[in-house]
Amino acid sequence: MNQAVQEYSPELLGALTERVEALEEQAAAAPRSDKLSMVVFSGELDKLLAAFVIATGAAACGMKVSMFFTFWATAALKKEGPQAKGKSLVEKMFGWMLPGGFGKRKLSKMEIGGVGRWMMTREMAKKNVASLAELVEAADELGVRINICEMSMSLMGIRQEELLDYSDIGCCGVASFLDDASSSNTTLFI
Amino acid sequence: MPAIQEIDLTGLKCPMPIVRLSKLMKQLDAGQEIIAAANDPAFCLDVEAWCNKTGHELVQINQTDERLTAVIRKKNEGK
Repeated sequence: MNQAVQEYSPELLGALTERVEALEEQAAAAPRSDKLSMVVFSGELDKLLAAFVIATGAAACGMKVSMFFTFWATAALKKEGPQAKGKSLVEKMFGWMLPGGFGKRKLSKMEIGGVGRWMMTREMAKKNVASLAELVEAADELGVRINICEMSMSLMGIRQEELLDYSDIGCCGVASFLDDASSSNTTLFI
Repeated sequence: MPAIQEIDLTGLKCPMPIVRLSKLMKQLDAGQEIIAAANDPAFCLDVEAWCNKTGHELVQINQTDERLTAVIRKKNEGK
């Protein structure tokens, strides 16, 4: 016969019941963190569309949403227009290779030298699917936070003034993302 | 604002129906209702999921071939 059964007593049962009740109370009182943290790594149109559809949808469902943009996705947040002044040659080259503006984002598949993208955007407009610009605007209105990896910014020579107009946007490091992610109940990498 | 708000979400594709819905819901008081009309096939399941997630009550859902009408009641705050 095992020890637990041998040591069974009404006192022990009472103590256990009390403990379970206390734990249940604690669990009910704990704040439920309904939060989505995303890593947005890709700068391609289709992947950015997916990221912003999920982000706006989550925010509409009442979740707190933060998106951490790193590497190629960082360049996707640049607005169209000339590069900032005072860049090194390599930084300027990064700027030429990674132009800003939603219209410049390529597809990860079926790009076909721009033909696929043209067809996709035309089809999206025809079927009333929200464009990337519309989704970003909706995300802004819904209070979705955009964090940008400071390391990617400085690596690619992207300046703050080159970023799109968005209310809740800022640069941060990986610790900020981890802080966000560890307090979230949903995390995604796109 | 009247107790019942109507919103036409026809023609909109995911995620815009729930984005619009959540915007309108923010302006309402607890107990007020929205009658939403949509024709996005995903909206049928999404409106149920949205209510489940936000805590608002899905009072009624009517689906015809092309069109879906949902009645949603705003929850009491802090519930």
